[in-house]
Amino acid sequence: MIAFEHKPAAHCESGVTSNLLNFYGIKISEPMALGLGSGLFFSHMPFITLHGMAVTSFRPLPGQIFSRVTRRLGIKVKTRRFLNKEASMQALDRLLAQDIPAGVLAGVYHLPYFPKEYRFHFNAHNIAVIGKENNAYIVSDPVILQKETISYEALKRCRYAKGTYPPCGKMYWIDRIKTKNPDWQRAVIKSIKLSCRWMLAIPLPFFGVRGIRLLAKRMCRWEQRFGSHRAASNLAQVIRMLEEIGTGGAGFRFMYAAFLQEAAGVLHQPVFREYAMRMTEAGDRWREFAAAAGRKFKNRGEAICSYDELADKLMKIADAEEDIFRRLRKTVKNYKNERAKSE
Amino acid sequence: MKIEETLQEEQSPGSTQPRNIYYALDEQGNYRQVLSTGCKAKQDALSLIWECISKEAETTRQEVLAGKKSPLAYHIKMRLLDIPMLAAYTGLPKKTIKKHMDAKAFLQLDAATIKQYADAMHITEEELKNV
Repeated sequence: MIAFEHKPAAHCESGVTSNLLNFYGIKISEPMALGLGSGLFFSHMPFITLHGMAVTSFRPLPGQIFSRVTRRLGIKVKTRRFLNKEASMQALDRLLAQDIPAGVLAGVYHLPYFPKEYRFHFNAHNIAVIGKENNAYIVSDPVILQKETISYEALKRCRYAKGTYPPCGKMYWIDRIKTKNPDWQRAVIKSIKLSCRWMLAIPLPFFGVRGIRLLAKRMCRWEQRFGSHRAASNLAQVIRMLEEIGTGGAGFRFMYAAFLQEAAGVLHQPVFREYAMRMTEAGDRWREFAAAAGRKFKNRGEAICSYDELADKLMKIADAEEDIFRRLRKTVKNYKNERAKSE
Repeated sequence: MKIEETLQEEQSPGSTQPRNIYYALDEQGNYRQVLSTGCKAKQDALSLIWECISKEAETTRQEVLAGKKSPLAYHIKMRLLDIPMLAAYTGLPKKTIKKHMDAKAFLQLDAATIKQYADAMHITEEELKNV
């Protein structure tokens, strides 16, 4: 087994990224990995369905966090997908024989160590495979507190799960590190700029701040369109995405706030601590929304909101996040100019 | 979110309830990792979804027992599968699988096809035939 430090994390992909980079001597915390990967996002896509309901996601596409972080830090990575199942397992074995830990995309439904109530057909879970003993693999799954073992057959099934976004045996590993001292300031600035662009400037109504507003608008009509029962399960689906492992949501806002705090240190700009506080407020609002929605679909407690009231909460969140990212965008732009002047 | 605000439920020893990492503020206003038992709304959402699934599965089971649907229909409900996904797992055409949801068509299936379905769902042929 490779001497791999397993650190539990809040989110699978940022966790695997930070664990893999730490293994190669680049000290990076999980919030930093999320921030550099511009992992804060929102999308509501009625044209993609999961369990028959529109996909609401709080993250960019699986794999993007890892590829962005490594690109920003000047690290060469290799990614492979396989058509042949056996070939994918052999390739994994070859890597492990060279003491290279590999990130693997897995379907959650087939993961034997996952609690039963969390096992849905969700195919974008990241784990790091760090060793093989007696035909079983040792994996470091960031959302599980300890290292786990998984049999050859089970791992193969996970890597070839089917459904929305099939993983197709995808695996990735770090090939070469160009420099041990990357330009952290530049990386932070670039990633914040990208986050601002994704949250504010995608000209489609499904993504970023506009996506939150779209969800709010659609939510008002759920009850008429679907009837109260299906409206409730739609709402439950959104809340699951909001708080679930792998998708984050409110949790992502807090993590991004933690990243902004770190960024304040890296850039020597105390103003980012203020943005962190604003982001925390946005996260608290998401939690509040989740709690109100939870009461709604459980039909419990005295203060049950209507769908209109919930949508109103979402609109407020959208306004708050728009405000944060507009401020961030301005600061980052100015920072670049100042840096150019001083050089 | 402050550290005190994270949910810390008492857990019985040996409980399999997972604990998640959250980021929360300490007294100095710095972010820190905390272990928490999660949040109430999420657990409610999960239990609602499982309630829906088991309710649907039970309805299908009754239909199977009444001879209206094949056991296959029940097993895919139980495993949260749908026809396109089962088609991807087995390699059979969607139309064929749809046909096999019918009790009569299922009875006429040959052993090889039954095995294909059973392997895809990781159960034995006997389990597949029973509900």
